[in-house]
Amino acid sequence: MRLKTLVAVLGVGAVVACAPVQSGPTSSGTDEQTGQLRVWLFDEVNRGPKEAVVKEAISEFQGKHSGVTVDVQYIQVSSRAERFKAAFSDPKSAPDVAEFGNTDLAGYVSAGGFSELDLGKWDESKDLVPTILDTAKVDGKTYGVPWFVGVRALYYRTDVFTELGLKPPTTLDEIATTAREIRQKKPELIGISAGGKYLFAALPFIWAQGGDLAKSDGGKFTAAIDSAEAKAGVAEYTELIKDDICPPATCAGNGGDASVEAFRAGKAAMTIGGDFNRKSVDASSAAGKYGVVPLPGKDKGSIAPAFAGGNLLGVMKGTQRKTLATEFTQLLASKKYQQKMYTAMGNLPTFTDVQKQVADSDKFLEPFTKTLQSGTKFVPVTPAWAKIEAQAVVPTMLQEIVTGAKNVDTATADAAKTMNAAFTS
Amino acid sequence: MTAKGQGRTAFAYLAPALLILGGLLAYPIYQLVLISLYDYGQEQVSGGAPLEFLGLGNYQNLLGDQQFWGVLGQTVAFAAVCVVGTLLVGAFLAILATRVRTWVRMTLFLAALGAWSTPAVAGSTIWLFLFDANFGFVNEVLGIQGFSWTFDKWTAFGLVAAQVIWCSFPFVMVTLYAGIKAIPGEVLEAAALDGASAFRTAWSVMLPLLRPIILVVTIQSIIWDFKVFTQIYVMTNGGGIAGRNLVLNVYAYQQAFAASEYGLGAAIGVVMTVLLLGITMFYLRALKRSGEVL
Repeated sequence: MRLKTLVAVLGVGAVVACAPVQSGPTSSGTDEQTGQLRVWLFDEVNRGPKEAVVKEAISEFQGKHSGVTVDVQYIQVSSRAERFKAAFSDPKSAPDVAEFGNTDLAGYVSAGGFSELDLGKWDESKDLVPTILDTAKVDGKTYGVPWFVGVRALYYRTDVFTELGLKPPTTLDEIATTAREIRQKKPELIGISAGGKYLFAALPFIWAQGGDLAKSDGGKFTAAIDSAEAKAGVAEYTELIKDDICPPATCAGNGGDASVEAFRAGKAAMTIGGDFNRKSVDASSAAGKYGVVPLPGKDKGSIAPAFAGGNLLGVMKGTQRKTLATEFTQLLASKKYQQKMYTAMGNLPTFTDVQKQVADSDKFLEPFTKTLQSGTKFVPVTPAWAKIEAQAVVPTMLQEIVTGAKNVDTATADAAKTMNAAFTS
Repeated sequence: MTAKGQGRTAFAYLAPALLILGGLLAYPIYQLVLISLYDYGQEQVSGGAPLEFLGLGNYQNLLGDQQFWGVLGQTVAFAAVCVVGTLLVGAFLAILATRVRTWVRMTLFLAALGAWSTPAVAGSTIWLFLFDANFGFVNEVLGIQGFSWTFDKWTAFGLVAAQVIWCSFPFVMVTLYAGIKAIPGEVLEAAALDGASAFRTAWSVMLPLLRPIILVVTIQSIIWDFKVFTQIYVMTNGGGIAGRNLVLNVYAYQQAFAASEYGLGAAIGVVMTVLLLGITMFYLRALKRSGEVL
């Protein structure tokens, strides 16, 4: 009897007293002016040129600050989620400055990982493209400096278009008709390589029709994917993944990389690719016989709003050297080093004037900078978006439509329901 | 020694094992249950938001979700096919191994061990290469280039099931082979002298003797196949087109862990543990009732 009571008491006590572990960064309050500054940057397939530019910035920074060393660690993009989660949970293993993707921002900020930046005292910040700077903001506060952007445009095979006497599409509607015509005349080719998991190719269609993923009302998001405009865009995009353009058996499972891969392999007449895909396309069978135009919008001559992808540089909340960290962030993200990063890696700069400079010197970039200047858009800035992305809500919706499992109305309504559940949780 | 003293000695001997079991089993399960009762996301882990006690809220969400039931049904059916397939293939090859010459048996065992020791990720990737739509060896032999095995829901499930059977039959085969070899020769000889046919010997003599072993491999297979993750994740690219090839473990990963909803993920874990325990208990009881000594 006594034992039973003891067990019961212990059991109740355990449930009441113990809660799952919590830890985390709290601002340390100290702001040291010397010592080691730790920096995390993303590793790349061909890291050499990036590393060289970063080294240059480090020696300039160390020259200006005696007693300061900068230690850079290159982390894998694929395992970044685990690395950052660990860094947020254990400030001792965290860096002071980190590079991160702008779609991850909202989640990282709500996890309490990054500290707010005051860019007011930094002259160059005036020239940052406003829509790109917006991708570094949560609730109006800035948490990072855009280091580079990536936008997508329409790649097409010039040889195929010349042979068939075609012109690149000038409206969104023409994409499907042109692609269908190509596949009809050349059945071995995919009209346009679109993918059922290629969110960033589908988004411009939704935006061009005036739709959006979600609407924000004072920071509270509600799904808008089931609005009439968004549905028109979804219908238009999923029409591309049909047997007469891009057969579902080949295309439904493709994300961005696989979609571009089909174009590289010479199996597709068009695809939606980024400025960052240039090097790999130039090293493929499509090299020398392709052109790029901005993805056309709804009306002739307009450009469909593109997704403003890209990476930010930010200062971690747990840092003990906030001033130094902010200064290093501003140096690495400065015009001078963005220009150098463009030369080294082909990364598109985030300053209006630097963008113009590089576009003038390199004709290839014109469709991309044009797209940037005509206005870009972004995914909902809320930690819920990370969840919606992890749960593959939008790709699942697209795939349900292209496989005929659901029609556009049902699929978008279901996706809206899942998204709203995430927004309100 | 008094009865009490005996009990103490027995406890002292058992203590180390109990300690290890407690540390490795009870504590994680305790944490799992605890986490499943909270709204526990990345914000909560890293201290950006306060903990919120949900009680059974996570379970309510989970059990109220239609997709969960769909995935659960799919998982049960998929696991059933894999278990039956594994047992049939394993048993057939074990019997075959007792009937063939040594070098054939050696080759068979070496091949089986090869399949067994291949890491799941590598095995899945190799199968994907073999069944690739355009460049795969299988499509080349069958002359159906361009046919995608992983697009259709059923061919995708079939392909993954075949892979799972391929990498788990060796365990069944080796265990059953050892069991068959352990049957005393006199028993079989007696049956033969009584004029029993080969089928009769297998059914009425060997099978009852092998039952405990079959029991073990069946339960093991159920547990393994119910928890399949790697093969589905790798071969159907995270659950197939529009998530139609999801099984419970991949679903838990996608809905809960990738989305940093650890509370919900823990709830799925608890549900799975309870289900597997239930299946095992049911199976054990059924056997006990039929007079088997365990």
